[in-house]
Amino acid sequence: MAPGAGQGTPRATSAPVGALAVGALCLIVAGGIYLAAHIPGPVSLLPAYVLLVAAVGLIAIAGSMLWRLTEFNWACFFRVGRWSLLAYLISAGMLEYVFVLDRVPRAELVLLTSMLVVYAVDIPLILAFTVARLQDLTT
Amino acid sequence: MATEVTAADIQAGRGVGSSPGAARGIEIVPRRGLPIVGVVLVALIVAIAGNWLWALDFFHVVGGGLWTAIDLFVGLVIGPILGRLSISARMEFSARFMPKMVLIMPTLVTMTLGSGFQLARRLGNLSAVSPNHGWLVASFVVVGVMAVIALGVLEPANIAVLFEMRRPNPRGEVIARLMQRFIYTAGVTGVMQVATLVIMTKLAS
Repeated sequence: MAPGAGQGTPRATSAPVGALAVGALCLIVAGGIYLAAHIPGPVSLLPAYVLLVAAVGLIAIAGSMLWRLTEFNWACFFRVGRWSLLAYLISAGMLEYVFVLDRVPRAELVLLTSMLVVYAVDIPLILAFTVARLQDLTT
Repeated sequence: MATEVTAADIQAGRGVGSSPGAARGIEIVPRRGLPIVGVVLVALIVAIAGNWLWALDFFHVVGGGLWTAIDLFVGLVIGPILGRLSISARMEFSARFMPKMVLIMPTLVTMTLGSGFQLARRLGNLSAVSPNHGWLVASFVVVGVMAVIALGVLEPANIAVLFEMRRPNPRGEVIARLMQRFIYTAGVTGVMQVATLVIMTKLAS
């Protein structure tokens, strides 16, 4: 534990986890716009898959950076993360429900579902990291 | 006294810790509002499942109207007023205002987008041959920009400010740094909301 940890010292974590996660969100939103602009008609899925893979890559990098943090309030991270994950799983579930109800073709549905999974994980990651990085280690 | 705290004090993190009551008893997610959110979401699911034009219109118009109005009102009216208040008054206001926004805004956004997509599908605007398709794609882009700002920038700052305010001695410099995000993005959000008004009135005409 760093000197001063738990004594009111702000933990100004410098790892760009938040920026990477927001980058992933941008890619997912772009992929969603691309697909939504084309369905229900025929659409090439390649651009959307490229965006999805890039978003997953950014989240993986963010996750590995996060994993290596030693001076970080993990309790706060998980507390915020699990509740926001619940909220965004509900939100993603509602979107999935609309896609299934609208009988989106199978290939597009698989892609959209994958994007929703990334969305439901990415936003809680941003929320939890933003809050936890500013907390003392003991709170 | 609250008026003795200056802008320099915020930057230095002084004076805000004595704000009476602002740091105590803040509920980040107001639990009393959750049942209302639940009822709204269930009604939205029913409206989408039933594919009823009036219900979809209702959710889209009410949700979208409130979303745009609140965004513009907060950005153009409340924000500048808040900026001129004492630090203590700002914290008192924010401690009561921001938790409500944590519930209200995501609910309005879900109402608007869920019903809007279904409405576009039902009216045939999603089809590439529809004359409105270009406007619809433009609205997707506008919503996408607003979603990134709201979900990736503002909501995390909102939650982090509330956590900071719950501390016995909130750090002014942390709150000031987080609140800067609202100032930086207010212009973009305002432009996007005006663009939304133009696109939606064009689609409805």
